[in-house]
Amino acid sequence: MSDQSCVYIKKEWDIVAARQMGRDIATQVGFKTVDQARIATAISELARNIYLYAGAGKICFEAIETVQKKGITIKATDEGPGISDLAQVMEDGYSTSGGLGAGLPGVKRLMDEFDIISKSGEGTTIESTKWLR
Amino acid sequence: MEKILKDVVLDNSDEIVRMWIEQVKKNQGGAFYQSLSDEALENTNREFANAIFEGIQKGKIAKTPLDEFAEKLINLGWPLTYLTDGMQVFRRSVVKFIIHKWDDLDFSEAENYFELGDDYFPWVLEKVDEWVDPLVNELVSEYSGSWENIVSLQRMALQELSAPLIPVMDNITIMPLIGTIDTERAKMVMESLLDGVIKHNAEVVLIDITGVPVVDTMVAHHIIQAAEAVRLIGSRCILVGIRPEIAQTIVNLGIDLGKFPTKSSLRKGFQTALELTNREIVEDTNREEEIENLIESLDRSEEE
Repeated sequence: MSDQSCVYIKKEWDIVAARQMGRDIATQVGFKTVDQARIATAISELARNIYLYAGAGKICFEAIETVQKKGITIKATDEGPGISDLAQVMEDGYSTSGGLGAGLPGVKRLMDEFDIISKSGEGTTIESTKWLR
Repeated sequence: MEKILKDVVLDNSDEIVRMWIEQVKKNQGGAFYQSLSDEALENTNREFANAIFEGIQKGKIAKTPLDEFAEKLINLGWPLTYLTDGMQVFRRSVVKFIIHKWDDLDFSEAENYFELGDDYFPWVLEKVDEWVDPLVNELVSEYSGSWENIVSLQRMALQELSAPLIPVMDNITIMPLIGTIDTERAKMVMESLLDGVIKHNAEVVLIDITGVPVVDTMVAHHIIQAAEAVRLIGSRCILVGIRPEIAQTIVNLGIDLGKFPTKSSLRKGFQTALELTNREIVEDTNREEEIENLIESLDRSEEE
């Protein structure tokens, strides 16, 4: 069983909409407060990256339910400038915008699975899953 | 609008309204319309039709019946599509009616009538469009205008509660943050924080984030910057109201908040602030003793 819903990120306030939708889905899946906060924060980071670096993109959520486990997958897609050095952005403290540089490595730690595909000039897709324990 | 066209439409308003209502009803299948009773919808449709025709009759006046009708619907929260769809159907109904009844209608007074011949179709379309389009535009601008008004009012309301600064005691000031912090608000927080610290001569500022739903790297970054700025002007900042789940996400994100003190609740933060300004809360237990001593000494003096 799967269920997908998306939020388009164009304005800064869309980040709030994405976070809200993600939180609702996480609640339905059965995540507790702490994990809800983790998921909401991860969405916030991913959505903000889209807003800051790509300008526009979308965040999709999927509630996953298999026989063994349940979870939520967040998929962030944009057609922005892409990331030229993936290893570098996954390092703590690296930022091109004067931020803390904890965004992407932070998301990786907040979630259970993290997958990033990016091509310079073509865009970035990040897929990340949190399992319900 | 051509007078002749207007007369034809007015003369045959019953027929056109009937066609219009029939068509409009077919389009109204959405979720919004299902929540309404048939009677309410029917009445509103009739009112809409009347407003259109009254508008035609009266011609250009400051506030047409159509404007009033639109305003009423906006206040009731009806969707814009109801109005635009209604006008489009109206346009179609009028065109359909005129084309069907072309032979029965007397258009001989119209300009260029004799040049038209059998090629009247584009002429009818053009004339009706010329007349209906401004009406639609007016409706849409009325609707979006009131919408923009609401949005700007709400933005103002939001700004008003954006970054209040409360001086609770000499040298101690609290800034409670509630709701999402975006870039614009973060700037306001910084400004009003620094202004307030100078104005109230605060030694310690407590930033309370109990009401902030998510603390991501951006929010943390802004708080760290604000605290650093407060430090530069010679005051101290304590971050309070960190809920357990927020503490965990901050650790996961790897944000270093080690540079300035943090407390779980405003109460604990306030105590720390008092300590930092060399004060403490003392329970007033001495009073009773004092009175007892006084009575005792009085008794003694009587005995003597």
